[in-house]
Amino acid sequence: MTHFSAMSVLRNALTGNKNWQEQWPDAEPKREYDVIIVGAGGHGLGTAYYLAKEHGITNVAVIEKGWLGGGNTGRNTTIIRSNYLYDESAKLYDHALDLWEGLSQELNYNVMFSKRGVMMLAHNVHDVQSFQRHVHSNRLNGVDNQWLTPEEAKAFCPPLDISRSARYPVMGAALQRRAGTARHDAVAWGYARCAAARGVDIIQNCPVIAIRRGANGAVEGVDTARGFIRAKKVAVSAAGHTSVVMDSAGVRMPLESYPLQALVSEPIKPVFPCVVMSNAVHAYISQSDKGELVIGSGTDQYVSYSQRGGLPLIEHTLAAICEIFPIFTRMRVLRKWGGIVDVTPDRSAIVGKTPVPNLYVNCGWGTGGFKATPGAAHTFAWTVAKNEPHPINAPFTLERFTTGRLIDEAAAAAVAH
Amino acid sequence: MLLIHCPYCTRKLPELEFAYAGEAHIDRPKDPSALSDEEWRDFLFIRNNRRGLHFERWRHIHGCGRFFNAVRETVSDTFLTTYKAGQPKPTEAALKEMGR
Repeated sequence: MTHFSAMSVLRNALTGNKNWQEQWPDAEPKREYDVIIVGAGGHGLGTAYYLAKEHGITNVAVIEKGWLGGGNTGRNTTIIRSNYLYDESAKLYDHALDLWEGLSQELNYNVMFSKRGVMMLAHNVHDVQSFQRHVHSNRLNGVDNQWLTPEEAKAFCPPLDISRSARYPVMGAALQRRAGTARHDAVAWGYARCAAARGVDIIQNCPVIAIRRGANGAVEGVDTARGFIRAKKVAVSAAGHTSVVMDSAGVRMPLESYPLQALVSEPIKPVFPCVVMSNAVHAYISQSDKGELVIGSGTDQYVSYSQRGGLPLIEHTLAAICEIFPIFTRMRVLRKWGGIVDVTPDRSAIVGKTPVPNLYVNCGWGTGGFKATPGAAHTFAWTVAKNEPHPINAPFTLERFTTGRLIDEAAAAAVAH
Repeated sequence: MLLIHCPYCTRKLPELEFAYAGEAHIDRPKDPSALSDEEWRDFLFIRNNRRGLHFERWRHIHGCGRFFNAVRETVSDTFLTTYKAGQPKPTEAALKEMGR
């Protein structure tokens, strides 16, 4: 594996950049693996990486129906934060944030994690009360989060309109300074590169048709477009298509898949220093290093696999953004797209074992899976390797929908994870 | 934008007039206290979430205000049919005919 350093950049510059090596080979499937991971997004590739690095399991394949990182990993708005209300969520997302901080060094690949701060605007009394409760709860959990007055919010993000006559008046904001953004593609590429270097096969353009179970009910392998591949363990990390894959193993999931849309504006010079989210109007915005404003909204209201979504939602989101940031009124939209997100009834993820022996699932991240990538992958790899929950992912079981021990972030945040 | 046919108003109207109301044909338990935890889970949380034909409820909130059922293909978002609440599911054969 090429080691990236200032020296390697210089050396390759002097030789006309003709000698860069392929970062990972496109593998042909073997007949049998110890672990097959379904889905080569950040979560799946990260799981393969941690399986190889921390648990010494390298006979692993990551099988992807499209191209690597082409699902929600490449379609999200790259926001990373950990200021969740409940103890279980705070631990999981803060674990992810801890890993984000060292990820570029660990992978020797620049994931461009930028701690520019995520500010959540409060527009009404309910928002103020609920965000202040979040701030207090976070501080008790050792999670960075801070309450700002409207003036302090304006100082932190100058384009913000805090005038009293605004359509959505700003009554305060919760700021997590440790939060920010990262380069989403680089996360998938960095994990892929390091996993492949440790012997993991990455198999692209190979849809999984079904999970095959033996006579004793345990998993035997997966049927794919390139034939049957045997596996001792199968770990599903298929985001919006998880319930389709799990159905083939006879496991019905508490999931519904919705389109989640995002868009970027034409690129401009740096004007926007942080990430701003507004739950009340359902919009979030940041500026990428390329200069585009990256804008996201809530999900469409209906179950769909269309990866497209409807325009009324985009119109609503942009109307809200233009009200809060009048300086963007005359900008133009460059591209918009949709990804399919799998949403659980309590808006918390499911990471762990399933009723089927040797079948594991990491899903239900809804609209907020990107920020959890390293934490989810790290703890999921533990569960797959040891066949037991990691202390951090232990509450995020599939059984909680039977026992009733829900982690109700749905009621806590309702929108915009 | 989706155009949805309201079977009560007998008109095709924009998506903005409607609210999605989840999967259709999920019957409330007749004897709730007799249900096991697994049956409660299935009733409350487990959904078909089908890639393909999906039976679902919609409500015409900015119109007649009534709930009705629809069959939609979830990859193309094409509506095959809508029908009044309480009417039986369209048969497989009927859906095949509509899908053409």
